[in-house]
Amino acid sequence: MSEEMFPEPEWLSEEVKTGTTIIAVTFDGGVVLGSDSRVSAGESVVNRVMNKLSPLHDKIYCALSGSAADAQTIAEIVNYQLDVHSIEVEDDPLVCSAATLVKNISYKYKEELSAHLIVAGWDRKKGGQVYATLNGLLSRQPFAIGGSGSFYIHGFVDAEYRKNMTKRESQEFVVNALTLAMGRDGSSGGVAYVVTIDKDGAEEKCILGNELPRFFDQ
Amino acid sequence: MEKQHSYSQVKGVSTGTTILAVKFNGGVIIGSDSRASMGESYVSSKTINKLIQVHDRIFCCIAGSLADAQAVTKMAKFQLSFHSIQMESPPLVKAAASIMRELCYSNKEELQAGFITAGWDRKKGPQIYVVSLGGMLLSQPFTIGGSGSTYIYGYVDAKFKPDMSLEEAKQFSINALALAMGRDNVSGGVVHLVVITEPGVKHIVVPGDKLPKFHDE
Repeated sequence: MSEEMFPEPEWLSEEVKTGTTIIAVTFDGGVVLGSDSRVSAGESVVNRVMNKLSPLHDKIYCALSGSAADAQTIAEIVNYQLDVHSIEVEDDPLVCSAATLVKNISYKYKEELSAHLIVAGWDRKKGGQVYATLNGLLSRQPFAIGGSGSFYIHGFVDAEYRKNMTKRESQEFVVNALTLAMGRDGSSGGVAYVVTIDKDGAEEKCILGNELPRFFDQ
Repeated sequence: MEKQHSYSQVKGVSTGTTILAVKFNGGVIIGSDSRASMGESYVSSKTINKLIQVHDRIFCCIAGSLADAQAVTKMAKFQLSFHSIQMESPPLVKAAASIMRELCYSNKEELQAGFITAGWDRKKGPQIYVVSLGGMLLSQPFTIGGSGSTYIYGYVDAKFKPDMSLEEAKQFSINALALAMGRDNVSGGVVHLVVITEPGVKHIVVPGDKLPKFHDE
């Protein structure tokens, strides 16, 4: 039986996935998006500080999960399409339009792509909105979670979400949910990125690991 | 979504369940849902009781193949009653858990079940032990198991406090089970709870319509 002395590192052959936790929540006047920062290829972490919240327009962001390459590509294509669209209509695009563009690509290339993007933002017509676009579905929701880490926090977000939270409460809700998911999911971790979007624009924040809230741990 | 189904179908057994055990000030609560499923689409029983009494103040709950679990708990019950006669005193919770662990570890190739053993004894008071699939034994202040448990890790991590009162622990368990049953399609039915304290054992059943409702219901 012959064995390799130095087997090839996993990350050379494994697909790069953003096994991840992403969440977006509406509050009265805007939305808050959050994500972790770990990118894994098989069992190796290839990037521990990646920002998975990608701007599609001034006040519209999307959160990436699934295959890193697929998700980034979709975000770039939609960014371009939205720019063209906003020039044509001579106004800021609607969040619904951005979500529809993402959905169109996800649905048309359903078999080839494996990425799930949550689109969230603020527009003048309907205020803060969150859209989930899993596998080509388009669904407007008060909040959405996605990625491998999201399974562990379904119970938590179901129990803790309340309608009409303030901006501060929503940010806390997002940070708590991310912390809990990162604590249990092996493919989520690193730092937490939080983006708050309201009528005045988008504010990005990065919360380091040691500044995250602590929960019961034995 | 796809990943979630694949690991709960290892070797074709049903792990469709949500079980938990919580230590509170003066006792333990052990709880489960009541659904037994074959595959993912057939509910073979809506009201099965997964909390098995192995001694006066020691209960077990099972996640995994129901057949394996019943065989193991039957053997454990028998060995435990022998042991308590020899010792001339009620068995320790750790003894019950160790018996399960021996059985799981020596038969680790054939068995597909994990156990939560919880109870009260005079030496250490309320205790919870987890015996996992390969035969590892671990003592914890609270624990969750079964396919539905993945959805409530975040909730229990956030909400558990050591030394809760009986009422708080009961509410914690009911909420956690209700949330898991709301998201896991192979958990459901009613909530079975058993409260074990020094004076005795109480069995509480919470039917589906009395479960707490959350924001989207």
